[in-house]
Amino acid sequence: MYYTNGRDIYIKHCQNCHGAKGEGLAALTPALTDTLFLKNNKHQLACYIKNGLKGEIQVHGKTYNDIMPDNNTMADIDIAQLIVFITNAHGNKQGMYTPAQVAADLADCK
Amino acid sequence: MMSLRYTLICCVTSMLFFASCKDKPKLPIYGQREATTVKHPDGTTSVDTVYQTIPAFSFLNQDSTLINNDTFKDKIYIADFFFTTCPSICPIMHRNMKTIYDDYLENPDVMFLSHTIDYKYDKPSVLKKYAEKLGVDGKKWEFAYGAKDVVYKLAETSYLVAVNEDSAVKGGYVHQGWLVLIDKDKRIRGAYDGTNDESVAQLKKDIPVLLAEYKK
Repeated sequence: MYYTNGRDIYIKHCQNCHGAKGEGLAALTPALTDTLFLKNNKHQLACYIKNGLKGEIQVHGKTYNDIMPDNNTMADIDIAQLIVFITNAHGNKQGMYTPAQVAADLADCK
Repeated sequence: MMSLRYTLICCVTSMLFFASCKDKPKLPIYGQREATTVKHPDGTTSVDTVYQTIPAFSFLNQDSTLINNDTFKDKIYIADFFFTTCPSICPIMHRNMKTIYDDYLENPDVMFLSHTIDYKYDKPSVLKKYAEKLGVDGKKWEFAYGAKDVVYKLAETSYLVAVNEDSAVKGGYVHQGWLVLIDKDKRIRGAYDGTNDESVAQLKKDIPVLLAEYKK
């Protein structure tokens, strides 16, 4: 359920930049298929989704340094569903994520 | 002896066949049109349709070089309106445009012109970084920077694309996602929704049709 709801949220809010297959867009938008990046930044994902992302990051060995817009009206449950989708689609397989975990992450955004 | 005559007959027949096949489909011409009466040297008159064309323009491109309509002389091009920090439709528009750009990379007759509607932020150097990150190099795809009233007026009256500043919207600007196909006479030959796969597929089909019009 989380996965399919997450997918709907992805299509609505994320797909235009990150692509229908999570492939990103050239050097403008990183792909969401770097499973190591997702794993290493698991507790930051909620922050990225909610607050956007600025500054340099490395995905698939490439540097990205642009601004990701925020989704600051997104509810914790939606963020959790989105994370479940992103971390289990397009070749990733990282299991469940709960709204409680999202809330904890958001309390700790850098 | 016999086979030579046979070959000759086959050749002539197929030539005749192809000569009669001259009804090539043509793309429509869009925009305002007016009927003008044309006087011919022999005294007769006929009515001609004159279509609106893209007027003379002059902008800075991503290399801070001035580009104008002469930059696109004898080319067909695809134009759109976007801005680099656009969170909604621009990424898809350019994702699709990029695939067309890649398809026609080796064809010098096809060019691309993206105008920014964010006159505050998208200065040429910003456009350059954007182009590089998109994977676009060289003169084929021009990213144009111009004053607000010039670009917006051009969008609305000449390319028939609605553009507006809107502080209530994420990104701060609203615009339509049309990819507009312009021919060598600066007339509009098609408008395609850059966010819609089928529309983009149609554009990909229409480009060779337009190019064929110039083959004599």
